[in-house]
Amino acid sequence: MEGAVLNADGFNAYFGSNQILKDIRLEIRKNQVWAIMGPSGCGKTTFIRCINRMHELTPGARVGGSLTLDGEDIYAMNPVMLRRKVGMVFQRPNPFPTMSIYENVIAGYTLNNIRLTRSKKDEVVESSLKRAALWYEVRSALHQKGTFLSGGQQQRLCIARALAMNPEILLLDEPTSALDPMSTAKVEELLHELKTQYTILIVTHNMQQAARVSDKTAFFFLGEMIEQNDTKTIFTNPKNEKTQNYITGHFG
Amino acid sequence: MEIMVDKTGSGVRSSFNQAATLDRTVRARGIKSRLFRLAVIILTVISTAPLLFILFYIFRQGIHAINWHFLVNIPRPVGETGGGVANAILGTVLLILVASVVAIPLGILVGIYLSQVVTGRLAYWCRLSVDVLQGIPSIVIGILIYEWVVRPMGSFSSFSGSMTLALMMLPSIIKSTEETLKLVPGSLQEASLALGVPYYRTMMKVIVPAGMSGILAGVILSISRVIGETAPLLFTAFGNPYLNSNIFKPISSLPLLIFNYATSAYADWHQLAWGASMVLIVMILVLNLSTKLIQSRWKAQF
Ligand SMILES: Nc1ncnc2c1ncn2[C@@H]1O[C@H](COP(=O)(O)OP(=O)(O)OP(=O)(O)O)[C@@H](O)[C@H]1O
Ligand SMILES: [Mg+2]
Repeated sequence: MEGAVLNADGFNAYFGSNQILKDIRLEIRKNQVWAIMGPSGCGKTTFIRCINRMHELTPGARVGGSLTLDGEDIYAMNPVMLRRKVGMVFQRPNPFPTMSIYENVIAGYTLNNIRLTRSKKDEVVESSLKRAALWYEVRSALHQKGTFLSGGQQQRLCIARALAMNPEILLLDEPTSALDPMSTAKVEELLHELKTQYTILIVTHNMQQAARVSDKTAFFFLGEMIEQNDTKTIFTNPKNEKTQNYITGHFG
Repeated sequence: MEIMVDKTGSGVRSSFNQAATLDRTVRARGIKSRLFRLAVIILTVISTAPLLFILFYIFRQGIHAINWHFLVNIPRPVGETGGGVANAILGTVLLILVASVVAIPLGILVGIYLSQVVTGRLAYWCRLSVDVLQGIPSIVIGILIYEWVVRPMGSFSSFSGSMTLALMMLPSIIKSTEETLKLVPGSLQEASLALGVPYYRTMMKVIVPAGMSGILAGVILSISRVIGETAPLLFTAFGNPYLNSNIFKPISSLPLLIFNYATSAYADWHQLAWGASMVLIVMILVLNLSTKLIQSRWKAQF
């Protein structure tokens, strides 16, 4: 338990009577980068949406079992407070269309009515955009609408928006699946930098990506977590036959 | 393809006849589509012409009546020349203002609710009653307000007129808000919620602003639709030959004034009615143009 930021212990999730996640056990330590892999429909998205309690927004969705953040039961916390500690980046970039780049970055503060001084705002915007590797591309256009950026820039803007809140954990759901290889490379580079400061969970279908950015990999199959290990070990020496098949491209 | 081959002279002889027929059909089609385009243009002109003519006629009749004196004075008694329609302009503005204060927040809130709750009993009945309300003739709404507001309060009033107009504005504000917000992608709501923004703030600060141009356009259109209402105001706002700004007293409005003066026997008053018509038309034109402006300027891109 020592050092585990996020701990799933016999965690289950459902859509109505349909059990999507079965008895998930996972222990995620500080500053680790975890790749969540597995064939389509196995519950990866569902799992990370349970961590910031976005799962329960779907009517009929429920959870069971234990999921803790710093030892505290996530499902006993106030979801609003929880989500400020757990940042999320979605598969498709979704900057706020009515806001400028600048306003998008500090949206977590303004939308929550957290007042910052002008200089503090500038500081948060600059440092977040720098950490998201977007600063040098947009610093002269901070007051343009965020939706004018390219898809890859928009995605990095969304990452900056999440980082601005200084979350403990960053969840990324296939963040590069809508991006071209150049933007993908930029986002990956960025994840590399971020892992010194954050604990990161990234869902990806791309094995090279998982190999490049993650320390640990969890392999999901039909709602169960069937294997977890150091990423290197999983890719070179998978124990489970299904993992083996997936990695060698026999299914999924 | 075959035609091109044929034209360059390298076509196979046996396919020449076939190609020629094809050529003819293609040319016939070209003529047909040109005829069709011409017909569409002519019909468009035919149907637009009366509208333009109406506008032109009203402006020609009204323009003589309009001057500063006309805009800031109230009507004079029969026999005296001059006089203006200030009472009606003020009345129309006040009626619309009070109606908007009631209908806009209520309509937008109901619209937000309906855009969020797709199924469910309450939403079903709400949608149904909005549709029904939209179909109720304005005169009937006037009678209802007469029974519900004018009688209990004991007099005709600007307030009762505003309630009538508010009821008529509600359905279109609700509908346009609902439709606009349904088009706002759900991913925006998720983005906001994932930042730890509570639901109501997400709605008010992210979703509604994203649909603002559509909502405003709906609001303005609803105003331009009721600004010319006459019948239901006859027994609610009633009309008033003097300037009035007390919402609990009877008040005039441009359509009421037009109705009263156009049906009178005096040429002077007819002139006032034409001037008032032009003022009303200009107001409606301005409202419609501002909708276009808002839609092109404020449109959020998703
Ligand atoms: N809103 C929903 N209502 C009901 N069932 C759902 C809903 N969303 C997902 N599911 C089901 O939950 C299961 C897991 O879905 P999930 O999105 O977590 O898969 P995934 O591993 O992220 O897949 P992918 O790699 O394709 O993104 C699927 O079988 C899916 O049918
Ligand atoms: Mg997914």
